Amino acid sequence: MSDKTKVVEVADVVIKFAGDSGDGMQLTGTQFSETSAFTGNDIATFPDYPSEIRAPQGTIAGVSGFTVHIGHKKIHTSGDLADVLVAMNPAALKANLKWVKRGATILIDSDSFDQKNYDKAGYKSNPFKDNSLVGYNVVKAPITTLTQKALEGMNLDIKTVTRSKNMFALGMLYHIFNKNLEPSEKYFEKKFKKNPVLITANKKVLKAGFYFAWTVQELDVTYKVLPLKTTESGKYRNITGNVATAWGFIAAAEKSKLPLFLGSYPITPASEILHELSGRQDMGVKAFQAEDEIAGICSAIGASFAGNLAITTTSGPGLSLKSEAIGLAIMTELPLVIVNVQRGGPSTGLPTKTEQSDLFQALFGRNGDAACIVMAASSSADCFLYAFYAAKMALEHMTPVILLTDGYLANGSELLKIPKIEDLPEIKAPLAKANDSDYKPFKRDPETLVRTWAVPGTEGLRHRVGGLEKLDVIGSVSHDPLNHQIMTNFRMDKVQKAAANIPDLVVHGDKNGDLLVVGWGGTFGGLLTAVQEMHDEGKKVGLAHFNYIMPLPKNTLDVLSKFKKIIVCELNMGQFAAYLRMNFQQFEFMQFNKVQGLPFMVSELKDKFNGILESK
Amino acid sequence: MEELNKINEEGLEVLTKQDFVSDQEVKWCPGCGDYVVLAAVQSILPEIGKKKEDVVFVSGIGCSSRFPYYVNTYGFHGIHGRASAISSGVKIANPNLSVWQITGDGDSMAIGGNHFIHLIRRNIDINVILLNNKIYGLTKGQASPTTPMGSSTKSSPEGSIEPPFRPGLLTVGAQGNFFARVLDTNPKMLREAITEAALHKGTSIVEVLQNCVIFNNQVHSIVTDKANRDDNQLHLKHGEPMLFGANKEKGIRLNKDTLKLEQVVIGENGVSIDDILVHNAKNKDYTLQLMLIHMHPPKMPLALGVIRSVDAPEYNELLEKKMAETKAKSPFRSMNDLLFSGDIFEL
Repeated sequence: MSDKTKVVEVADVVIKFAGDSGDGMQLTGTQFSETSAFTGNDIATFPDYPSEIRAPQGTIAGVSGFTVHIGHKKIHTSGDLADVLVAMNPAALKANLKWVKRGATILIDSDSFDQKNYDKAGYKSNPFKDNSLVGYNVVKAPITTLTQKALEGMNLDIKTVTRSKNMFALGMLYHIFNKNLEPSEKYFEKKFKKNPVLITANKKVLKAGFYFAWTVQELDVTYKVLPLKTTESGKYRNITGNVATAWGFIAAAEKSKLPLFLGSYPITPASEILHELSGRQDMGVKAFQAEDEIAGICSAIGASFAGNLAITTTSGPGLSLKSEAIGLAIMTELPLVIVNVQRGGPSTGLPTKTEQSDLFQALFGRNGDAACIVMAASSSADCFLYAFYAAKMALEHMTPVILLTDGYLANGSELLKIPKIEDLPEIKAPLAKANDSDYKPFKRDPETLVRTWAVPGTEGLRHRVGGLEKLDVIGSVSHDPLNHQIMTNFRMDKVQKAAANIPDLVVHGDKNGDLLVVGWGGTFGGLLTAVQEMHDEGKKVGLAHFNYIMPLPKNTLDVLSKFKKIIVCELNMGQFAAYLRMNFQQFEFMQFNKVQGLPFMVSELKDKFNGILESK
Repeated sequence: MEELNKINEEGLEVLTKQDFVSDQEVKWCPGCGDYVVLAAVQSILPEIGKKKEDVVFVSGIGCSSRFPYYVNTYGFHGIHGRASAISSGVKIANPNLSVWQITGDGDSMAIGGNHFIHLIRRNIDINVILLNNKIYGLTKGQASPTTPMGSSTKSSPEGSIEPPFRPGLLTVGAQGNFFARVLDTNPKMLREAITEAALHKGTSIVEVLQNCVIFNNQVHSIVTDKANRDDNQLHLKHGEPMLFGANKEKGIRLNKDTLKLEQVVIGENGVSIDDILVHNAKNKDYTLQLMLIHMHPPKMPLALGVIRSVDAPEYNELLEKKMAETKAKSPFRSMNDLLFSGDIFEL
């Protein structure tokens, strides 16, 4: 290291990589985050890509971004504003400047900042000449030229050379943050095993970037993010929400000793769950890509009837299509998990952007009085646990469970502390025993109201189920008025009784005080960070974050009663707030809502909360 | 606890038709063609080599879709049009089960048309009985996708202007390997076709032209009436010449000039038995089978029986093979193996 370089220790840093869809920004960001995790940092990442596969090159529509937040402290979000922006072209700069901190370092590939690209990005004037970049530490690096130079004499085609320039930028970032090149070099060795020339090329470019950064005057200060100080030491892996969800179900299948069946139809941003489970035939997973959303869930219902742990995965519009079939699973009282990776709606909406606006649909979007369990994961890593628990709840309570995640959790990644499978709770499905002379299709456990599950192939238990109302206990078709009342009561009560098996709501920060922040699902990281910071500043605030929505945790009323004011924060127009009002009419619920396809920023949350505290 | 029947030499319970009669009162209209199909199915179930608990009936919505309630097996009465998707899930989840799907022309040709063609395309081993009465019965008499053009129904009082689907053409178009067409007036033929369908590996479609006495009475009379049935029914048997008529004096010939099928009379105009086509249900090339499916009165007789029955790889056999191969190559045996694979960080 040059002795001119001053190293500054920082607690956390947010870096945004942005470029054209074809510039490899997702890979660059992933490499930076993995290397950071290797050196002991906590990480959270968030990819932000257009819904078009390759929008016109150089335009704002074609900008693909990847945000990495690394820390010496525990990281709960992918960060508000970036400390460092890597912009591979003018469009990437233009699209992202508003997400960058004042004074941040902006690294650009100066080779791509020409008039043609300014025009494509829609710049009316040159941003370097019109003062719009004053106050930022702009590092202009001729990345394309230097990449070409680094690869001179290797006889590579121009396409390969151009595609390597993201590694030059990565090398520069490794210098700025005093990271080791080794993890990425190992990655190249593995990835390009069959094409060794690419190993050499990528290593060369990475190193060239690293050493070039050393010579840049604007980079005379470098930074170091020390390893995470954690009370939970152990083995971790970086995982996206969608992969974590898929794995949670595999774990549940192993624990319940049931085969796992997925019926699914491709839809953004849920498809990776289908991909991951399709690749797990080695572990006995049957992933069935159906002809449509309805066939996805109906095949899963068939598989559930036949005795598998059956799941279906989708996003908002797909959940709409599955509505009737969810009612069928409720009526037949079969276990089924429906994962809804929420995205911006209504209709096709914002397929690649995050939102929480399917809560009403999950709770109420069916004909008839048709309650089922509704749960929500709250971080990319805890998608693993909530998928596991969704399966457990479905199997043990013989009911469909809707598990809500969202685009932010699904595509984002963070470190998952690898659980010990032995430590996960047992899952005991209420399977009926062969030739049980007492078996009746709708005979229920008096405590839980759960019926037993007689699976085809089991001797002596032949019976019929279906969407028509059934006679209590006996299970034959019944149109008797009183029986319909009884069966409806049973179905609704059964779901409420599942509350006995869900954990109490935990309050973060103050347990009582001036303001209770209420959230659910994927907004947890932002809300927790905001509340913790305000708590540390001496404010009397607490956070109650819901993972179980139907039924609600038993202590919900108790938690709500302990604060002077309550604000419900969600990425929709107030659905959970309305649901809480319906259940707890004695409280006043304020709202903070955002539907911009983006997660909450910690700063906007704190501004809102401080405003409320000051207005008393 | 159920009483057990006698055990045969192979250690299997000897089953009778009575074993498959459920305790539910059958609630179809008197004279409905569905009764004949129910009796035929119940009578062949003891003969398909399956334990009674290994048989599953799945249906959608419609008059015929009440069928599973009347068969004493495991049964699932689904939602409108989705029987194919539900039965696919049942069969993939447990390939050992004998899975039967009962559907109607509204259920499988309209709302469930998409699932119907994809089930066939995948060739999952499911026996589909399609009860085609060319009308919506349970909703009281609207035109269905198989209703003949010009028919006056509640939803087409001035006569339907929509050309009808022919389920057989759809089946073959969807890469189907087994198609039979039978009549509810001929229980023997019904039993034979359903038995063949049960033994066929892969999706088998049996279209039963079934009479709805209330909303579409006599819709099939041009083929079923005593007066014209001999001349309008061609009973196909694999390997046998395509003869029909009261005395089997007529036959089907391929006109080599027009490349069309035509009916001829043996002994007239120099036609001999050697000119008559011999039915080959096992021919993978469906050209001639399609021509047979397409024939209909009054110009030609209606082809009945097993029209196409071709061996092809079945979905679950392919799946199980793939899974075994993948498993053999994989380092993962448990969730722990998977969780600790790849890059692990110590914090």
